Amino acid sequence: MQSLLTSFYASDTLHSAPALLSAALVGVAFGYFLERGGFGSSRKLASIFYLRDFAVFKVMFSAIITALLGARLFAATGIVDIGGWYALETFLWPQLVAGLVFGVGFVVGGWCPGTALVGAASGRIDALVFVGGTGVGSLVYAGAFPALDGFHRAGSLGVATLPELVGLTPGVTAFAIVLLALAAFAGADRLAAWQAARLRSRGAGH
Amino acid sequence: MTDQPTHDASPRPHPADGSARPPETGAPPAAIESAVPGAQAYWNPYVAGFGLGVTLLVSYVVLGTGLGASATPARLSAVAAHAVAPAAVAANSYVGKWFEGGSPLLHYLVFMSLGVLLGGHLSARWAGRVQRVVERGPTASKRLRLGLAVGGGVLVGFASRLAAGCTSGQALSGGAMMFTGSWVFMLAIFVGAFSAARFVRREWS
Repeated sequence: MQSLLTSFYASDTLHSAPALLSAALVGVAFGYFLERGGFGSSRKLASIFYLRDFAVFKVMFSAIITALLGARLFAATGIVDIGGWYALETFLWPQLVAGLVFGVGFVVGGWCPGTALVGAASGRIDALVFVGGTGVGSLVYAGAFPALDGFHRAGSLGVATLPELVGLTPGVTAFAIVLLALAAFAGADRLAAWQAARLRSRGAGH
Repeated sequence: MTDQPTHDASPRPHPADGSARPPETGAPPAAIESAVPGAQAYWNPYVAGFGLGVTLLVSYVVLGTGLGASATPARLSAVAAHAVAPAAVAANSYVGKWFEGGSPLLHYLVFMSLGVLLGGHLSARWAGRVQRVVERGPTASKRLRLGLAVGGGVLVGFASRLAAGCTSGQALSGGAMMFTGSWVFMLAIFVGAFSAARFVRREWS
C-alpha cells in the first residue's frame, strides 16, 4: 500500500511555498525546544567540555533515541515510508577532520550554528558575532574548495549505516544505542560529581 | 508541560575536609541556570530532548529531511559575497550552483532558521531569558570572548561545509538515522572539543 504521507523531498517539492512554510514551522519548534533545554546560553553549552553540566549531551542523546525509536516504529509498521527520506552519505575522512575542527570551534566559540541562532534571538551578542564567523568560514571553504581537490569525497562509503557496520539488524542496533545512551546518562552524572569533588579538593589544597 | 525543573538539582552538602570524594557518594553539581535575573529554570534536559526528537521526526515525515542550521549563514554569506563580486562567486565551483535557480535564500533550511529565531525568541521571552549581553566566564573580558566567538565561528563554518552539515544536520539528524558518517562526525566533535577545552579555560571559568 502506498504510504498516506509523502514528504516534500520524496515528491521533489522541497522548494515549493508549502514546503518552505512547513520548514519554518518545524523551525519554530526546533528553536523552542533548544531554548527550553538551555541551548540559548554559551556558558551552559561550553560547560559540558569541563565536565560541569551535561545538559548538552542529555538533550542531544534523548532527542536522538526518540527519533531513532520513532523511525524504527515507522519502518516496522509501514505507516511512513522512511526509505524515501533524504539519506546522508558517508565520506569518512572529511567527516572525521570536519568533526575535530568543528569541536575545537564549538568550545572556542561557545556555540554551534543552530544554538547560535537561538542565542542571537535571546540577545546574546557573542552568538551574533559567532554567526558572522560561520558565514566567513563558509566563504573560506568555498574559496579553498578547488584547492582541496576532492578531499570532501575521500573515504566514500555511499549511504552507510551502523547496522551494516556492526552486522546487526536496524532494530537490534537501535536497541543497543538506546541502552548505551541510558548508561551514558547515568555515567554523566557520576562524572560531573567526580569532577566537582576533584575541584573542591583542589580548591581546599590552597 | 511545566517550566519547573522536575529533577532534583540541589547539591548535597559536603564536609569541608578537602578530601576528594569517590564518585559513588558525591551528588552531581546543580545544573547551570540562566544568569538573567528572575529567569525561569530550564526544562529537564530529557523533556527538552524528547521534544526535540519529536520535532526531528516531524521534520522527516513532512519535509523528508532532518533539521539543519549551518546552510543559512553559508547562503547568507554567499549572497553578501555575490553582491560584492558576482562573477567570482558565480564561477566558484562550490557556491556558484546556489545561484543558478533563483535566490540561494529560497531554500527550506533558510526558512527553518527563520523559524528557529522565532521559536527561540518566544521561548526565551516567555521564560524571562532575553538579555542583551556578551556571555562569558567571570574573569574573561568582552574583547577576548567576542574575538574567540568569531574565531570559533570561522572554524565551525568551515567544518560544517566540509562535513555537509553541522550538529543539527549531521550529528542529530544523521545520528538518529544511524548513518555511519554522522556518528564519525559526532564522536570527532566531542574529541576535538574536549581536547581544546583546556586552552580556553579562561574564557569560561
